[in-house]
Amino acid sequence: MENRLWKPLALLAPAMSAVLLLLVIPVCFIVVYSFWLRSPTGADIPAFQFGNYAKFFADFFYPSILIRTIRVSLETVLLCVVMGYIPAYFFNRSKTKNKALLLLLIMLPFWISFIIRTMSWINILGDTGLINHYLLKIGLLSRPLGMLYNEGSVLMGLIQYLLPFMILNIYVSLEGIDKSLLEAARSMGCTEWQAFREVTLPLSLPGVSAGCLLVFVLTAGTYLPPMILGGPGNQMIANLIFARVIGTLDWPFGSAISVVLLALLVIIVWTYNRYLGINQIFKALQ
Amino acid sequence: MMKISGWSLIRLYTILVYVFMFVPIVVVMVLSFNPKQFGCFPMTGVSLKWFAELARDGAILTAFKNSMILGACTSVISTAIGILAAMAFVRFDFPGKNTFNTLLLAPIMIPEVILGVALLLFLRWLQQPKSFALLVIGHVVLTLPYVLLIVQARLVGIKKEYEEAAQSLGANAFQTFKEITFPLLAPAILGGVLFSFTISLDDITATLFWATAQNQTLPVKIFGMLRNSISPEINALGTIMVILTVAIPLFAGYLIRKFSTTTT
Repeated sequence: MENRLWKPLALLAPAMSAVLLLLVIPVCFIVVYSFWLRSPTGADIPAFQFGNYAKFFADFFYPSILIRTIRVSLETVLLCVVMGYIPAYFFNRSKTKNKALLLLLIMLPFWISFIIRTMSWINILGDTGLINHYLLKIGLLSRPLGMLYNEGSVLMGLIQYLLPFMILNIYVSLEGIDKSLLEAARSMGCTEWQAFREVTLPLSLPGVSAGCLLVFVLTAGTYLPPMILGGPGNQMIANLIFARVIGTLDWPFGSAISVVLLALLVIIVWTYNRYLGINQIFKALQ
Repeated sequence: MMKISGWSLIRLYTILVYVFMFVPIVVVMVLSFNPKQFGCFPMTGVSLKWFAELARDGAILTAFKNSMILGACTSVISTAIGILAAMAFVRFDFPGKNTFNTLLLAPIMIPEVILGVALLLFLRWLQQPKSFALLVIGHVVLTLPYVLLIVQARLVGIKKEYEEAAQSLGANAFQTFKEITFPLLAPAILGGVLFSFTISLDDITATLFWATAQNQTLPVKIFGMLRNSISPEINALGTIMVILTVAIPLFAGYLIRKFSTTTT
């Protein structure tokens, strides 16, 4: 038995030590550091006090960034469902020979440089960008519309980044639906729309909710789109962390904000498991 | 009649979503050929001026070189560690297997900002300065889960009997790996190397935490340039990045398909 055990452990050792040393221990460090004090000289003093958290919740400034992060994440989730369900349904039902190519195209953005995808919206929405240029040219506008550096432009960048995740999740759950269920519904006299509403839609909800969880978690921790496409009033919690840690070198406070973000994500994932487990969804629909 | 129009609406909607996804990228590529001084409309011609400008920009070339070296180091280390771990998960049974597997895949779910702060904080506690090595180990942590997923998926498909046959004929564990497992695993290894290379080449958020002025990567350099203004050079650089990051995985996918049809 011992002989059997050392082999897999030896094979796992490099990967496990990498993850333990470079991820698990450092994340524990964030928690420890969040209780430390910052001295006026900039050195960090080991301590156990909740001052950093008190500072975060002291006035409305920091909590409002947290609330904005949650709001923008929810908006992104909603828009991704609205924009993603129909294409996923199209891939599922389409009989075209090019289906593989269409799916490959939807996955393509995963590979295209994130920063390029994000900044590309400046070319579209900017004062001299595509939309303003043509609207000015045909005389619909007399001066450029300010479409950049607001929550709308941040959402554009976020949706373009996250929509493929949503589409794939929905598509996978649609593919998993037994086609004979639809045929049965149709043979019993359902219209196409009724069959969709009563059979396809409920059975695809697990995929939708999995996609929602993924998109929410990824949005809540996002740094780049608010940074590049947003104004000062659109910064999210990841931007705050970066500004405190790299900008003002306030490590203890930056750590406390990181713990707040981690706590938010843990609560979301835990709640999802607790109330929206895949089995729960099936039960709820019966 | 109703059915047809419903379906064509669905198709139209899907096309519009594609337009939304791809127009910005196409615009970047089109504008990179615009000779105008500012990276904006209208197009005043077609030229390679900004690509030539890029080739003369020392800082960008350095960033490009950094990115390539970083990607190469990351992908080799990450794939080597990933293969070993995948072997353990697929070929052996041991207590706590699921927990270990979840732990190794965890970096996918944790926001990069947290990873960035965490590793930097650890380094600060060890009183080490930021260095190129930090970027390498950071990128290994970021890419390891993906390599693990790719190699594991392939390894499950390779029958254990091949390895057992080799061992019953007298090969030791290393010989078995070299002669049997490695050749069969080659497509996944190549896939892992190229995938981790692409992720490393593309990573921005965590890298912003770890990079210094001396070892900027290409995305970090682009990020810095964006803070000044959107110069046409960025569009040209974007075009090159798109071609690089799309061509590499497509090539990998092609190789994997080619190899897997010949080896199985």
